Amino acid sequence: MRDHTRTRPAAVLAVLAIAAIISALAYMTIGARGPWSFILPFRGAKLAALVLVATAVAVSTVTFQTIANNRILTPSLMGFDALYALIRTATLFLLGAGGFAALDPRLAFAVNVVLMTGFASLLYRWLLTDRAEGLHLLLLVGVIAGVFFRSLSNFMHRLVDPTDFLVLQGSLFANFNAVDGRLLAVSAVLVAGAGVALWRLVPKLDVLALGRDHAVNLGVDYRRTLTVALGLVAILVSVSTALVGPVTFFGLLVANLAYLAIPSHRHAMLLPAAALLAISMLVSGQIVLERVFGLDAALSMVIEFVGGVVFLVLLLRKTPR
Amino acid sequence: MIETSGVTKAYGDAVVLDGVDLKIPTGGLTSIIGPNGAGKSTLLSIISRLTPMTSGSAWVDGLDVSRTPTDQLARRLAILRQENHIAARVTVRDLVSFGRYPHSRGRLTFEDRAHVDQALRFLELEPLADRFIDEMSGGQRQRAYVAMVLAQDTDYVLLDEPLNNLDMKHSAAMMRLLRRAADELGRTVVVVLHDVNFASCYSDCIVAMRDGRVRRSGPPEEIVQPEVIREIYDLDVTVHEIEGHRTVFFYR
Repeated sequence: MRDHTRTRPAAVLAVLAIAAIISALAYMTIGARGPWSFILPFRGAKLAALVLVATAVAVSTVTFQTIANNRILTPSLMGFDALYALIRTATLFLLGAGGFAALDPRLAFAVNVVLMTGFASLLYRWLLTDRAEGLHLLLLVGVIAGVFFRSLSNFMHRLVDPTDFLVLQGSLFANFNAVDGRLLAVSAVLVAGAGVALWRLVPKLDVLALGRDHAVNLGVDYRRTLTVALGLVAILVSVSTALVGPVTFFGLLVANLAYLAIPSHRHAMLLPAAALLAISMLVSGQIVLERVFGLDAALSMVIEFVGGVVFLVLLLRKTPR
Repeated sequence: MIETSGVTKAYGDAVVLDGVDLKIPTGGLTSIIGPNGAGKSTLLSIISRLTPMTSGSAWVDGLDVSRTPTDQLARRLAILRQENHIAARVTVRDLVSFGRYPHSRGRLTFEDRAHVDQALRFLELEPLADRFIDEMSGGQRQRAYVAMVLAQDTDYVLLDEPLNNLDMKHSAAMMRLLRRAADELGRTVVVVLHDVNFASCYSDCIVAMRDGRVRRSGPPEEIVQPEVIREIYDLDVTVHEIEGHRTVFFYR
């Protein structure tokens, strides 16, 4: 009985790893016509982007939910997407469609990551207060900030040229088809770095999942650990959003599926499980998109739809906590 | 020894604790009693560094709780608060193993496992060890949390209303157990209690608080007196000696 909680998660993890590898292989080979020297780098780059985004979203969401002690909150629900939209809109507004398209993607990426990490760190500061209402305050601030950013974007939408608006609209949907190869290497380094740092926090994350009081009682330096973890979450979320755009419900979806699949509290199991689930889902979603719909839909629409339904089910099934 | 000097806690203008000077002796069981809003829980969480104080100082074995590294304190003192909600899927054994974190940092040694087994046995939780805590009754869950703070193997164990949500049978069992933790395991147990009679029957020392101050402190014979109860609770009661224990009658 004692191994009940030890071996089963490992078995689940193995299955998830196999599923992720199969979907990756399928993505690289299905319908491959033409020279491999073209297909491998072409699809490889897209696959890399999918894997990076999946990992970043999954790991950041699980970490965030552990810290927030809440399985319905996600970083992207807290004004992140609105901020991304605002940055894009403001760029277009200031530079015009021509300048917008000509903008060096590396510069735009850097600006996005810096602004969003900065915003997140500021916002998450509320979590760090010692008062009990810290979390609720954070939620409120996140929601209000989201409304504020959205209103600003809407205001600018009204002022820009309709054709410019179309250009903008295209860039506000998560897009895995037009990832800039130059950004991949930087993103990979950032995601890997944040991943390694988080991995070293895993025992502390396990304790943080018990809540603040237990964590302090057990001798975890709460403020420091929280600051570090939230900083890493902010980096991961910014990278994924800046790379492909907002995928609001995806993190919520994979995190909760991971909790269902892994009957354990251990982040050494939960984090990889969520990442592997996310990779399988994103990659197979992209296969369906490319092979069945012939790129006629956006992957994010499918994800948002499924994720939105799961979110509602979670809300209805139990009171959020 | 736990010692506080001029501990004050204020939220804006509302003063919850007003210059508390207190000495809790090493060993035995100390109960903190007092009406709602007297500041009992706040005092306990300040001593255990869960809540920062507005002014004053608190020491545990001479260690200043606001300056000592938190991991060092975690090996001296354990606290269990009233509200314990855990979202993660945790079994009883997992939960009790967390009590070893201050010693093992998440990598359980053979010795850690022995401590966990001992705590499970002490609270008669062995048959439930592999159950998930969100699938247990309130009383069982409370025992699991107490097992966790006992596995932490600290000299001082602080519990905030451990009898909350327990029926008569489980309340009595919990108090006997805390008594045994003091007598057999040599822990210094400090509990916040609402039931004066439990405090009277099981404590070596009772601290009576009101309006953010310690009004009285001493052995049960001194504190469980009609005048003292009136002073603390504004309630007229009679005190009877039943089977050698001073018992407060306040039901009519």
